[in-house]
Parts: sequence; structure tokens; C-alpha cells
Amino acid sequence: MATLEIHDLHVSVEAENGPREILRGVDLTVKQGETHAIMGPNGSGKSTLAYSLAGHPKYTITGGTVTLDGEDVLEMSVDERARAGVFLAMQYPVEVPGVSVSNFLRTSATAIRGEAPKLRTWVKEVKEAMERLHMDPAFAERNVNEGFSGGEKKRHEILQLELLKPKIAILDETDSGLDVDALRQVSEGVNRVRDTGEVGTLLITHYTRILRYIKPDFVHVFSAGRIVESGGAELADKLENEGYEAYVKGGVTA
Amino acid sequence: MADNTPAGSTTDGAIQVGGPKQPIDARVSAPASYDVADFPVPHGREEEWRFTPLARLRGLHDGTAVADGAGVRVEVTAPEGVTVETVGRDDARLGKAGKPVDRVAAQAFSSFEKASVVSIPKDAVLTEPVRIAVRGEGGVAFGHQVIEIGAFAEAVVVLDHTGDATLAANVEYLIGDGAKLTVVSVQDWDPTAVHAAQHTALVGRDASFKSVIVTFGGDLVRLHPRVVYAGPGGEAELYGLYFTDQGQHQEHRLLVDHDTPHCRSNVAYKGALQGKDAHAVWIGDVLIRAAAEGTDTYELNRNLVLTDGARVDSVPNLEIETGEIVGAGHASATGRFDDEQLFYLMARGIPADEARRLVVRGFFAELVQQIGIPDLEERLIAKIEAELEAAVA
Repeated sequence: MATLEIHDLHVSVEAENGPREILRGVDLTVKQGETHAIMGPNGSGKSTLAYSLAGHPKYTITGGTVTLDGEDVLEMSVDERARAGVFLAMQYPVEVPGVSVSNFLRTSATAIRGEAPKLRTWVKEVKEAMERLHMDPAFAERNVNEGFSGGEKKRHEILQLELLKPKIAILDETDSGLDVDALRQVSEGVNRVRDTGEVGTLLITHYTRILRYIKPDFVHVFSAGRIVESGGAELADKLENEGYEAYVKGGVTA
Repeated sequence: MADNTPAGSTTDGAIQVGGPKQPIDARVSAPASYDVADFPVPHGREEEWRFTPLARLRGLHDGTAVADGAGVRVEVTAPEGVTVETVGRDDARLGKAGKPVDRVAAQAFSSFEKASVVSIPKDAVLTEPVRIAVRGEGGVAFGHQVIEIGAFAEAVVVLDHTGDATLAANVEYLIGDGAKLTVVSVQDWDPTAVHAAQHTALVGRDASFKSVIVTFGGDLVRLHPRVVYAGPGGEAELYGLYFTDQGQHQEHRLLVDHDTPHCRSNVAYKGALQGKDAHAVWIGDVLIRAAAEGTDTYELNRNLVLTDGARVDSVPNLEIETGEIVGAGHASATGRFDDEQLFYLMARGIPADEARRLVVRGFFAELVQQIGIPDLEERLIAKIEAELEAAVA
């Protein structure tokens, strides 16, 4: 059973006046089949955690370990992490002009699966996955994220999640900028993947609204670069009613 | 508009309306002329020479380069109905599109011995391209080529430069009323070649001219694609693609002279650069003279800098002397290879070198699709891939 173990993770970024520590000792274990919601105010370091796990070069790991089934994730390049089974659905997916969605998906699937998917079954697989996410088939011929609406970008991220079948899925504010219909459809996509029982999900969000559709097994409150409280789904209800105020007092919110 | 400009590049663009401080005509060191003696030998600080490494022109600019009979071999393959002639200096069709605008072009005009004239008769619609192979044989040459297309005829001409040479040349396109001419000029030279040329198109009434300039090779390539209009209703599309490698100097200096009403022009050049001292220069001069009411023009230059040590100078200039136009605009941007794109693709399991290839292919794809000649499109894509293989290795 796939397990992602984060132990005492410290991460810095280069700021104008030298390195600035953003993550200050994160401990978290995510097992296949589990869903962990990470909630916290703006600037608490939630997205830094997501990007650090995926290997973004902007973030420097200054301490701690991250392993996937015992393998050292921090030693791996960005593409190696993805091939090892770590997937990051991004909050702000990047435009890639001149590269069509269909070309991108196939190149990516080939890299992740280690061989090019058979064309006939692949076309069907993509078509069906797009239908489930209520995406127009013409979408496949557009350039990656170019001119996509907020909802289209997020659907495209979840489409990749469905096709690439990672061991660990990190969803970075997938709910932000979505209207109710889009939120429901994107959440259904996430739930289809979760229902396979083969993915561990790290759901990063500022709001509790996505948790109406995606039920977490664990909720963690993130503040000032650390997990400050953990609990079950009921912790989200408490946050819904009381907000983050209790956690940010005296904390760093920059 | 210039965004994400790396160090070692300029994107100075200007739009001047009304009486400009320094009109395009005034930025050259001498007025256009057929005679090389009318141009002073450039010293390198003149506006039109300031980006060019004169020492690498092998004497094309100062009269020391002399044709040696072993410069280039030119072979023309034309479908039936097309006339191919070799003519002397006194042929009336030579020099009709316009005068040479710099000393090297004038040197070529003053020095060539025989010119080649390709004539496509009026109303002819060619189903096969005319192919002009210019093969460098290591020496010095001065060339002159005229392509004349009669009224309402349609043709594609491919000019293919390969091998090694020191070549200065003028190419003229005389486009009859209502005719459609597409010209593709490929500079696929050996890395040692030096090539300076002026390509001047005289676009007839309601005629269409499409130019595709593709520059991969050479030590120094400096081209002047120019468009003038002979009557109203003319249309020019100027596309360019270059891939500038380590040590190469590739310079494209365009001019579209709108002096006739109701003509259109659209310019789009894209270049990728890699390696130390790769230098690309793009000058886009568009003039809309007072008489040119109803003009519609747009020019664009985009550069993708793949490695450190490369330099781009991109200067669009738009000079407008009448407000009675449909549209006029320009855009120039030079960007580094975008690390965020790389991260996104790699985060989907795609290795770095393959991700880079995807992005560069994507950068050129839209432009390549405009060419509309499938076998050439394939050749260009293959060539871009080969350039990238070399880069990533």
C-alpha cells in the first residue's frame, strides 16, 4: 500500500533580504485510499507544501524527509516524482502555446506508463474521461491552458488526474474560482478517482465548501508553516463556524 | 509590448504619428541607388549597420570581395509554361522592383555578370512549385534573380540556399495585377557561409504576395525583405522563422512601404536562439505614407531564448502619415524559455529534454502552419527537431 511520509519538513524561498523559511517542520503521513484536507489561512504555507512535494525549483528544502514507499522523494527530479506516482493539480495551471491538449495528454501518459498507450483504446479512454467531466470534445484540440476559463483549467487538471492514476494526488486549491456546477463536476471527478481506493489524496483548500462534495478522512489546520491541529471531518465544521482566527493569533500570516 | 526581456536584448519599438523625429528614410546613411559608388563604406555605427559584425562580411561591404567564378551554382527547375532565361546586365526587367538600399546590395547590383529571370505567364496557375537551388561552392558571388508573374497567375517559388559561399544578391518579385505569388526562401547554409541579400517585391493591383523566410544556417545572414505596392488592393504576408545557434549572426530587416491606398500587410517573424554569441536581429519598418488611406497593417516578432549567452535585437518601427487607415499595430517580445512551462510538463512525468522540444515545437507550430506547403512544413519541423537535438545534447 502506497504511503507518503513527510517528516519535519522545512522549506525556504529566496526573498529580497535572504532566504525566508515558509515551512517549519511539517509532519504528515498519507496512505493510499485516505483523503486528508489541509486547511489554513492565506500565507500559511499550504501551497508551498504542495509545490515542494512536486519539486518546484523555487523552493529549497532545508530539513526533513519525504518518502514514498520508503523511496526518497526529495532526491528525485520533478519528472521522476511524477513517474513515481506523485501528482499535483495546480491552482494556476500554466499555458503552453502551440501544444494541443491531446498531444500533451498522450506525451504525459506515455511518460507515466512507460509506454505509449495503444491509440484506439487511448482515444476512447480520453473521450470518455472528458465526457464524465462535461468537457467539449473540441477541447482536445486547443492549446494547453491557453484561453481556458478558470473552470476549464480545473477540469483539465482533474482529467489528467483520472488518466494518469497517481498513487498520491495533491490538489492545490482546486476549488478556487469555480462556480457551483463546476465545483460539483470537478469534485465528482476527484471522487471517481478516490473510489478506486488506489490513491491517497491531499486536498489543500482555503474554504470548507469543497468538503461538502469530497469527504475527508482527516482534516489538518495549517498555520505559520506547520500543522497546528488535526482531527476528523468534524474539525472542518468547527472551522466553518469559527474561521481561522484562533489559529492565526500570534502566528505568522505573511 | 515587451515582456520578460532577458538581459542582452533590446526591443525598442516605436510608433510615430505625424512628423516623426527620425523618419525611416532618414535613418539610412545614403539614399537608395543602383551604384555602389553612391554608398560610403560603412564603419559600423550607421543605424542600418550598427548590429552587423562588418568584419565577418568578408569584404562584401568595402569592395574587397571579388567574384571568383566558384561562388554559387544556380539550378532552376520549373514546370511547363514557365520561362527561365539567363540575361545580361542591360535587360529591361532588371531593377524594376526597386533600388538597392545599402552598400552590399548595390555592390551586388554593380557586380553581377548574368542575371536569371523566371517568368510565369499571365493567367497560368502552376500546380508544382518553381524550385531555384542556390548551391554554395565555397567562393565569392554576386547574384541577381528576377521572378516575374503575369496578371492573375498563381505560383509558388522555393529558393533553396545550401553549401558554403560568400554571396551578395538581389532578388526581385514583379507581381502582376491580381496575381498570387508565394515565395519561400530557405537559408540552410553550411555554418561558414556569408549571405547578404535584398528581396524586393513590387505588388500589383489586387495582387497577393506571401513571403516565407526560413534561416537556419550560415555564419552571417543579413536579409532585407521589402514590399512596395504598384496599385491599390495589394496584400503582403511576410513570415519568417529563424533558429540562431552558437556564434551565428542572423539579421532580418523588413520594410513595407505603404504608399498606395487600400493595401494590407501582415508580418510575423519568430526565432529561437541557443548558445554563446548567437545573435538575431529583427528590424520591422512599416511606413504608411499620406496617400495610403485604408491601409491595414500588423507586424509581430517573437523570440525564444533557450540558453544564456544569446542576444536578440528586435526593433519594430511604425511610421504613420495619415489617420485614414483601417489598422496599424506592432508587437515584439523576447522571452526566456519559461521555467514554469518546464515545471508543468515535468510535473506530468515528461523528461526535461522532451518538455523543451514540446515547447519549442509549439512556439513555431502556428507560424509553420501558415506556410501552406505540406512537404516544406514537414522539412521545417524536422529541421527544428534536429536543431533542438543538437541543443539538448
